[in-house]
Amino acid sequence: MSLRRPAKDQPESFEFNASSLEAANVIVAKYPEGKQQSAVMALLYIAQKQNNNWIPLAAMKYIAKFLDMPYIKVYEVATFYTMYNLAPVGKYFVQVCTTTPCMIRGANQLVEACKEKISENECELSNDKSCSWMEVECLGACVNAPMMQINDDYYEDLDKQKTLDILDKILNGETPKPGSYRGRVNNEPENNRKTLMDLKNA
Amino acid sequence: MLKDQDRIFQNLYNDKGSDVSSSQERGDWVNTKEITDKGRDWIINEIKESQLRGRGGAGFPTGLKWSFAPKEVGSRPHYLVINGDESEPGTCKDRDILRFEPHKLIEGCLIASYAVQAHVCYIYIRGEYFVDGQKLQAAINEAYEKKLLGKNAAGTGWDLDIYIHYGAGAYICGEETALLESLEGKKGQPRLKPPFPALIGLYGCPTIINNVETIAVVPTILRRGAKWFASLGREKNTGTKIFCISGNVNNPCNVEEEMSIPLKELIEVHAGGVIGGWENLQAVIPGGSSMPLIPKERCETLKMDFDACVEEKSGLGTAGIVVINKDQDIIKCMARIARFYKHESCGQCTPCREGSGWMWRMLERMAKGDATKDEVDMLGDVTNQIAGHTICAFGEGSSWPVQGLLRHFKKEIEKRNNLDPIVQKKNNIPYLVDQHLLDKKNA
Repeated sequence: MSLRRPAKDQPESFEFNASSLEAANVIVAKYPEGKQQSAVMALLYIAQKQNNNWIPLAAMKYIAKFLDMPYIKVYEVATFYTMYNLAPVGKYFVQVCTTTPCMIRGANQLVEACKEKISENECELSNDKSCSWMEVECLGACVNAPMMQINDDYYEDLDKQKTLDILDKILNGETPKPGSYRGRVNNEPENNRKTLMDLKNA
Repeated sequence: MLKDQDRIFQNLYNDKGSDVSSSQERGDWVNTKEITDKGRDWIINEIKESQLRGRGGAGFPTGLKWSFAPKEVGSRPHYLVINGDESEPGTCKDRDILRFEPHKLIEGCLIASYAVQAHVCYIYIRGEYFVDGQKLQAAINEAYEKKLLGKNAAGTGWDLDIYIHYGAGAYICGEETALLESLEGKKGQPRLKPPFPALIGLYGCPTIINNVETIAVVPTILRRGAKWFASLGREKNTGTKIFCISGNVNNPCNVEEEMSIPLKELIEVHAGGVIGGWENLQAVIPGGSSMPLIPKERCETLKMDFDACVEEKSGLGTAGIVVINKDQDIIKCMARIARFYKHESCGQCTPCREGSGWMWRMLERMAKGDATKDEVDMLGDVTNQIAGHTICAFGEGSSWPVQGLLRHFKKEIEKRNNLDPIVQKKNNIPYLVDQHLLDKKNA
């Protein structure tokens, strides 16, 4: 299990803004009547998005009232799932996959790059507080290893230099282009494709 | 090699686009009504005859699973749930289906929902695949616009609504009952079985849960016939499968191939060979990280299907092939996998929660050469205390890779770790801890 603790400095209150409220109502409508608790995961995402990429305790209390469920159940969900950030992570949250398929293709170089550019330790904000990084478990893009995720986007087929370039860009406030950084198309074998060639050449 | 016209996922590399009209050119949505008009029993029988086995890892026959759904809808509605919580290290096939072949999945959902009499279908996608999930959502929206979903979906007379539910980074939610808990808005901790979800599942209602790939191949099987599908591969291991080849190969890739294809052909032909040549191969994990590794000697002749992998005391799992060459430290690789399971254990059952951490810490020490001789057997003992003593199958999943390492690379571990044990005299006490207190001479 992973150990997760809420941040020490917590805001006093939290409320959905108009656009979050609208999104939340759309989601609650997906589930049968009386089963609105199912929406808790999606609502935590909405809260996280609204609140600068992390979820304060006040938001959990607000969501508990919103869905008419006990606060502790929301707290349980928020602390169980690792994608809910319980402390500030900055505007750009970099997650480097270091599980075996990425590890054997050199994910440690990506970690080194993050240490150089962002901060010495994991889950620590950079000097300008705009970004932080973390080692995570398999992100499910193993044939594009090594790779990392910045907010919602995947950056694939990396090496140390390419990672440094990407991190430079985000530290300058730009959003680099997601996808493969070796110029390959999706998950096809690079320069070695033997299947579905008619479609490729059509 | 499989002929191109026998490949189900023609758009695996996104050569043609994933919208409705280009999907229709590939044959999706063409005669959905004709298929459903043949009736539920025909669909389920055809899937049974095709011998399609679940693509999510366990390989349970899909037709049989569907036939477990109650024949008549009682007071409780039926649900169809699609498992897209792909988190097994080494596996990335569902992602390509979600983003490039969404209409195969959506049409499969419609046919499967009709077969098991569900009017609502939830697709559970892991939270990290948010961007790919948005692409699927766009495809679903397009399907609604074209009246392929909703009331009287695709003219079949069947009403179906599809909703996407995002996970949030928990590997355990790939287990079907944990997935249902998560869908209900709780912690993803697996339920005891029985009762099986086919009778008591989501919200206590009958629920059929299938993997993304399983459902996405259904329309093509019904169109081309069970005989065609069963003619590929071999008995009980039929059809095609998307293989994900990652690790130390020259061209890591996803490729759809026939079942029972030799592993060597997959690696040499499609993935461009092992880095450093075939002789540099050390071991292969054949089906995602929870399957025991297979050493090089056995890889020469291994056929990639469910039963052949089981004969090698491993499994096809999700067909996520991780190739490890001799430049890698095999103990370190397995220690990293053990760390994955330590991180992802849901914490419900003590053997898995505590044992996964023990395995990780022991393997880390073994990788450094800091372990004593007797710890090798102790590690084997720990794995045996986890496997079979947990609510869900992930207890086995965490201990199998370590058992595989011990089975094939025990000599390597022993060579590196030759420190004398702290306790010299063996007492026959079944506990691992505090044994030295009883052994006064060495205390």
